[in-house]
Amino acid sequence: MSEAHSIHGPVAHQFDDLQQQREADELGMWTFLCTEILFFGGVFLAYTLYRLRDEAGFADASGTMNLWLGAVNTAVLLCSSLTVALAVHAGETSRRTMLVVCLVLTMILGAGFLGIKGYEYYEKYEEHHMPLFGLPFIYEGQASPATAEMFFDLYFVMTGIHAIHMIIGMGVFTLLLVKALRGGLLGDYSTPVHIAGLYWHFVDIVWVFLFPFLYLIGARH
Amino acid sequence: MNEPRHHGQASHAPAHFSVGALVANFVALMVLLAATVAVAEIDLGRGNFIAATAIAATKTTLIMVVFMNLRYSKPLARLVACAGFFWLAIMFALSFSDYGSRGWLPNADAAAPVENRYSADGNS
Repeated sequence: MSEAHSIHGPVAHQFDDLQQQREADELGMWTFLCTEILFFGGVFLAYTLYRLRDEAGFADASGTMNLWLGAVNTAVLLCSSLTVALAVHAGETSRRTMLVVCLVLTMILGAGFLGIKGYEYYEKYEEHHMPLFGLPFIYEGQASPATAEMFFDLYFVMTGIHAIHMIIGMGVFTLLLVKALRGGLLGDYSTPVHIAGLYWHFVDIVWVFLFPFLYLIGARH
Repeated sequence: MNEPRHHGQASHAPAHFSVGALVANFVALMVLLAATVAVAEIDLGRGNFIAATAIAATKTTLIMVVFMNLRYSKPLARLVACAGFFWLAIMFALSFSDYGSRGWLPNADAAAPVENRYSADGNS
């Protein structure tokens, strides 16, 4: 049955068997994710240093964030992690309809997250809390304008690179969806879903830290 | 030409969690999301940061062990996953020892005399 997809079967010729290939694929993705941990770690480090320098200022600036949009977005992203995990399960157990449905749901949830994020960016633009592209930055809270500007600089850098990762992830899932619709990615061929899932879950983990650090540290107004 | 070596091998799915376990993990993550929002409404001072970080770390563990399937992964994959966080800890520890000794952190009393000695009076 598996030979229908490729004359060589699911195992590339440099591997002894499917299990070895899968372990190599997994190891490669985890190695990449290590570099990603350090990539995001750099901005988390910058955030921590500036926050410790003026904790009250960061708390004040964080208080202007839209907590509910942030919480809803966290829930949306956790839902998408579940649909990815279910997609991996469906691929491994060769249930094609379930795989396609889960991939589509994941992409809808991912697009929902980016839509809410875009609306939040628009809100920040309206409030003049967007210190980008030479836009005027006006802050009327108690924090010093320099601290508030640093908070929003970090907010846009951190959520921006996170959003770019999500867009890349949705591109990957688009390719997987095409393959799944053609009847691929089932059973012995399901490893790509697992590997892409690892990446998506990692991006979810980044948000799990971004949400409390950006939205929840402030006194609410 | 070499024959494909998987011939004769039984096709079997890699070890993974059941759908029920995945859904249960999702429910636990949503409960932790509610907890982190609720805890932030209570003023605990420094405790807010500790609680938020502890909840985020718990969520990360659940995602990595269940969703990312580290529970059924080979030790090497687990080791690499942990290595990323270990290197992150090195980056934070060395950076903090640096910034902490340069008077960057406002309440780092231990750093103050050093800063005074070398920069405040200008004639060490």
